[in-house]
Amino acid sequence: MEDKKKECKCKDKFLDELFKTYLPIKDNLIQMLNEIQEHYGYVPMDVQQQLSEFLNMPMAEIYGVVTFYSRFSLKPKGKYSISVCLGTACYVKGAQKIMDRLQERLKINEGETTEDGKYSIEAQRCVGACGLAPVFTINGKVYGKATVKMLDQVLDELDAEN
Amino acid sequence: MKTLEEIQKIREEKRKELDLRVNTKSDTREKHILVCHGTGCTSSDSPKILETFRKIIKEKNIENVRVIKTGCFGLCAKGPIVIIRPEDTFYAMVKPSDCEEIIQKHIIEGEVVTRLLCKDIDGKKAQSLDELSFYKKQKRIALKNCGVIDPENIDEYIAFDGYKALEKVLKEMTPEEVIDVISKSGLRGRGGAGFPTGKKWELTKANEADQKYVVCNADEGDPGAFMDRSILEGDPHSVLEAMMIAAYCIGANKGCIYVRAEYPIAVKRFQIAIDQAKEYGIVGKNIFNSGFDFDIEIRLGAGAFVCGEETALLESIEGKRGQPRVKPPYPAAAGLWGKPTLINNVETYANVTRIILNGAEWYLSIGTEKSKGTKVFALGGNVNNIGLVEVPMGTTLREIVYDIGGGIPNNREFKAAQTGGPSGGCIPKQYLDTPIDYESLKEIGSMMGSGGMIIMDDTKCMVNLSKFYLEFTVSESCGKCTPCRIGTKRMLEILEKLCNGKGEEADIEKLEILAQNIIKSSVCGLGQTAPNPVISTLKYFRDEFIEHAVDKNCRTKECKAISKIEIYPEKCKSCGLCQKVCPVNAIQGEAREKRAINQEKCIKCGTCLASCPFKAIG
Repeated sequence: MEDKKKECKCKDKFLDELFKTYLPIKDNLIQMLNEIQEHYGYVPMDVQQQLSEFLNMPMAEIYGVVTFYSRFSLKPKGKYSISVCLGTACYVKGAQKIMDRLQERLKINEGETTEDGKYSIEAQRCVGACGLAPVFTINGKVYGKATVKMLDQVLDELDAEN
Repeated sequence: MKTLEEIQKIREEKRKELDLRVNTKSDTREKHILVCHGTGCTSSDSPKILETFRKIIKEKNIENVRVIKTGCFGLCAKGPIVIIRPEDTFYAMVKPSDCEEIIQKHIIEGEVVTRLLCKDIDGKKAQSLDELSFYKKQKRIALKNCGVIDPENIDEYIAFDGYKALEKVLKEMTPEEVIDVISKSGLRGRGGAGFPTGKKWELTKANEADQKYVVCNADEGDPGAFMDRSILEGDPHSVLEAMMIAAYCIGANKGCIYVRAEYPIAVKRFQIAIDQAKEYGIVGKNIFNSGFDFDIEIRLGAGAFVCGEETALLESIEGKRGQPRVKPPYPAAAGLWGKPTLINNVETYANVTRIILNGAEWYLSIGTEKSKGTKVFALGGNVNNIGLVEVPMGTTLREIVYDIGGGIPNNREFKAAQTGGPSGGCIPKQYLDTPIDYESLKEIGSMMGSGGMIIMDDTKCMVNLSKFYLEFTVSESCGKCTPCRIGTKRMLEILEKLCNGKGEEADIEKLEILAQNIIKSSVCGLGQTAPNPVISTLKYFRDEFIEHAVDKNCRTKECKAISKIEIYPEKCKSCGLCQKVCPVNAIQGEAREKRAINQEKCIKCGTCLASCPFKAIG
């Protein structure tokens, strides 16, 4: 176990860099987690362990922060991470229908990833593109004035891809 | 590093060069093509439009034309927007493939591309921005530079009186004098609660400490609001400058801006603004030789609505779970790291420099008796002109919805406007003529809030909407105090029962009792305001709640469990539109026949309801 941890550390250039960029003080935790989430697509448990050593704070506290903020996830996201905006402006314009269709089609719930790891679904609170409501995003690209038909088309294209 | 004289020189030269941006009669031979790079337009390809313009201009070797990226123009529904100055031609819904025609026809031949002009409410095509009714009743103070300057270019900000207020403050005024101006101007916190800004500065100044902080709250969590984001994206320097003025007043030399990580463009532009200001020596040590030092850093949020609450925000900056602290002590006494801290919202800061330069009297002349100045609203939902609007306080809801917003799409009827997001309430039709300010909104059961304004038409179910907001608060409650954590959950359960046809009349009373208890006993603003959406809808739309509870019927058909969608044969004109839009092909009938819905196939999505031009589906 001990060996494995060491192995992780030296293998991962990203973490090395991260630990060089930040001072080991507690208030950097959220900033570092943001970068980790961005890089891996989630916050792996062993990374949390290494963070706990680096910042000299209990793992429980780090876990507490990770689970508090909706941006951090403990599970890897799919190759295509699809977020449906459920902010009020989108909701009023029928975003729930998009979400319902997406869950029906991918047969997973919000917050889950398909078994093949290709898709994951998330609910997002307002991307700020209310002029285009309702919107969904796939890996950050915004699809505005969305309809169920449009969603189906986009998914058909992605399905066809190997 | 630049000296004051050098900055003044940039100001004069650049101002002359950029005169065509604000003066339609400018006699320059230059033309500026402004391409909106707000979030909405960026999402629909405006960076590609910018690139295409630049490419064509280079290829054709056209002189005297510049292509500039700007912040939000406001009319997001018509994006991507391109404006050509000095003539102010407003092109809507531009595609990258339209660039060639704009360059050829407009720039080279001097003719307007009529096809791309924006249609106004009356159906006529507006020749310029000023002609659009969307802009006529607006007054831009906080958004003054949005859509005028390139937010990533400090020189353009300086050209329009940028950093002049800071210079004036540092060179000519004492902190007391500045606070006095802000107090006299009547500026109140634009984050929602409306606390007098001058008073807040004074309180923080009065607390002695070896270190103090200024913080900018840019954690815009209200879903459906994007005012702060647009200001940061379109005019980041104005916020930075105001934070420095505030820091000078209260005796701080460190600042921190807390931005949502979901706003990558805003974060990037603010970082560029900081870097440029540092390069010019505007942020740093001994600014303008005044002995005043200032440094600032950006902190990213990580998606928690409660972090918009000031003490939760401080916890989050310190790297912890964003749980609110018990007040008092207020941040003015013990804030960040236990030191006196001033926290203001983005829009509040955006007003400060204008007040310093134009004086308190000027600001006092705008607005109503108790609410001065303007307010920016993110207008969204069932309204034609979705976008960002800034209006003087006291403008009526009717003016915003109908004159600026262009009314309700599909000839539907206005049902309610929701302001204040999950902390606010619904304003029904009978209050359309209420002048909007802090007091009058509170009186009718809503609140100003940070500026989200969602318009709803008569196809929206108010019970379902209350449920939507409660779902939001339940998932965003931080869990620290019981009334909010468990109380909102119980309220949500009752609302779910009502929407599923399992409720009873006594549930409505239970909702009211719970709501009052949560308001009275929650620790922070989130819990204290969480029941508001339910209370206000209960007040104005009680009959809908009773209908759900007693008759097991939802008149808008939004609550699927208790509604069946039918086509009224006597009203159906056999147009077949509903058949086309139905996602599951549940509508039967041949051409020129009256249509009918196959109830077994129907998923009750309601798409056909909205599509029918004859209101024959219900």
